[in-house]
Amino acid sequence: MLYRETGQFKTSYAADAAVFPILQDRIGIAVILGLAFVIVPFAFPSFWISTVLIPILVFSLAAIGLNLLTGYAGQVSLGTGGFMGVGAYACYKLTTLFPDVNIIVLIVLSGFTAAAVGTLFGLPSLRIKGFYLAVATLAAQFFLSWCFVRVPWLYNYNVSGAIEVPTRTMLGIPVTGPNATPVTRYLIVLSLVVAMTWIASNLVRGRIGRMWMAVRDMDIAAELIGIRLFRTKLLAFAVSSFYCGVAGATMVFLWFGAAEADSFNIDLSFRVLFMVIIGGLGSLSGSFFGATLIWGLPIALRSLPDALGVSIRAATVEHLQFMIVGALIIFFLAVEPSGLARLWQIGKQKLRVWPFPY
Amino acid sequence: MDLLYNIFLDPFVQMATAPDLLVQTLWEGLVAGVLYALIALGYVLIYKASGVFNFAQGIMVVFAALTLVGLHEQGVPAFVALVLALAVMLALAYAVERLILRPLVNQPEIILFMATFGLTSLLIGFGEFVFGGEPKVMITDELHLPSGAIDFRVLGGFVSLQKIDIAAAIIASVMVAGLAVFFQITRIGRALRAVADSHKAALSVGISLEQIWVVVWFAAGIVALATGIMWGARSNVSFALEIVALKALPVLVLGGFTSVPGAIVGGVIIGVSEKLGEFYWGPLLGGGVESWLAYMIALVFLLFRPQGLFGEKIIERV
Repeated sequence: MLYRETGQFKTSYAADAAVFPILQDRIGIAVILGLAFVIVPFAFPSFWISTVLIPILVFSLAAIGLNLLTGYAGQVSLGTGGFMGVGAYACYKLTTLFPDVNIIVLIVLSGFTAAAVGTLFGLPSLRIKGFYLAVATLAAQFFLSWCFVRVPWLYNYNVSGAIEVPTRTMLGIPVTGPNATPVTRYLIVLSLVVAMTWIASNLVRGRIGRMWMAVRDMDIAAELIGIRLFRTKLLAFAVSSFYCGVAGATMVFLWFGAAEADSFNIDLSFRVLFMVIIGGLGSLSGSFFGATLIWGLPIALRSLPDALGVSIRAATVEHLQFMIVGALIIFFLAVEPSGLARLWQIGKQKLRVWPFPY
Repeated sequence: MDLLYNIFLDPFVQMATAPDLLVQTLWEGLVAGVLYALIALGYVLIYKASGVFNFAQGIMVVFAALTLVGLHEQGVPAFVALVLALAVMLALAYAVERLILRPLVNQPEIILFMATFGLTSLLIGFGEFVFGGEPKVMITDELHLPSGAIDFRVLGGFVSLQKIDIAAAIIASVMVAGLAVFFQITRIGRALRAVADSHKAALSVGISLEQIWVVVWFAAGIVALATGIMWGARSNVSFALEIVALKALPVLVLGGFTSVPGAIVGGVIIGVSEKLGEFYWGPLLGGGVESWLAYMIALVFLLFRPQGLFGEKIIERV
């Protein structure tokens, strides 16, 4: 009833091409942003912010990165964890080499480092496709994890082999390291995620995004209409790795506080891939849904026994959690293989014509 | 100069001066390769017949071994436990067909792939829930598998072969031969090959896809159980095997996703080159190259032969 576009006329091309052409959507997104920026920092306990909200935002960013590559350009990658690690280690190296440079600038720079590495490992994508490409990206994943352990220069020859985030300030307020409050870190991550989502949404609507989608749908046809495959695929790898790199850097600097090579193992790659698939391939909002579900579900399951007043052993809870997550993945795929984003769209469509069925 | 010498000459000098070590390394590579090949075989079987890239194959190996050992711990005699474990794999095959393949029929490959991820998670949870999470010891003696080592005098040195490795190699060969016969001769085997060629054509001549899927997943389950026993005899039975199972992927790439002999040859190539690389070139890079060498070999290989050694040529129709 409220969600209806009747009477909203588009009188210019700009209005027609807007990201949110419907007024209610614009209001909705403004409300969400307002809530996220203003209400959440005050209303939520800091424990919640640092264990639920920051991880979801970081994973959303990584999922957007992978989604650009897999969902939009159609190149399956299992190297996400490795590229995130490149971002994290690059940021660590940069901030120890240039301690005075603003940390946000360094996070973005480390994204570019990850983009360079990603482009390198995207080179095989011209020759190979599908699962073969996935295996090729596994080479990136394992090689990079090996580098994080065996190249001591990357972690400044620490005895522990881990990278510890030093304290960095902006405008006199600590934003990274042990002294930064969860709220500051949350606001920085949120700003980064919002800015990068906005960039991504414009990227996929524009010429580049259309080239990616053409390659995804049928690469030979795309080539025939004059899209240079090699450049398009490599660009997808570069942009995707950039997003993953930034996600990796924020993950360590604004969430973990310290990390070791094992933080960027193959499980991370798979987890991000999960988020993308469950959320919906080729959908930016889906990346957020996927990240929220995959990160939030285990937390919800863990707190469920307490909430119900049942006492179960911790190990059992973990086993049950594995089983339930697995079953839910299968269930979601069976119900809606196009992911949560598609469910969301269906819901919106139903709302538009409500109370009529169609 | 020094570096070049270390890369291109020194390893070969080492090989020539200590041939017994070379033989030992080759043997170890071969054994590792056979085990990779066994896991890869499970993937190939399922991929051929249902077009599903079954990520859960590695976990099925652990799950099968865990069922066997877990049942034995409950006091079930070893061979009865073996039969029961097979029954569990059959039940699993039915469940997978019912709950995963059937609702997801005709979906893109990547969705089915993801569903097997869900299956992986489910099996890990279920296995640990029922049998406990701690590593278990495989019941080699009860299954009358040989243990201990034989020493051979080769080229002026000793090479020691584990009996269980020899048994593994023999069992693997027998199993591959059995599968080949099964595929070529039996009625179901022919139906399997028909399904692998084309689902639609197979359906139209009256082959039941559902039945074929159950058969294939059960066959993969049998392979998984055998692999699990062999692997469990070498180390412990635990879910840490998952990461090793990923090594089957470069094997598949090397051999081709759809080729049974390819899985075996690819497994042996990967196993041997991995051990050689680790032993002779690894120290140059600080060790641990085993973790990625297989993938790099597969990657380089793919650039020259995108369909693998024995894979069907990829023909793109427009």
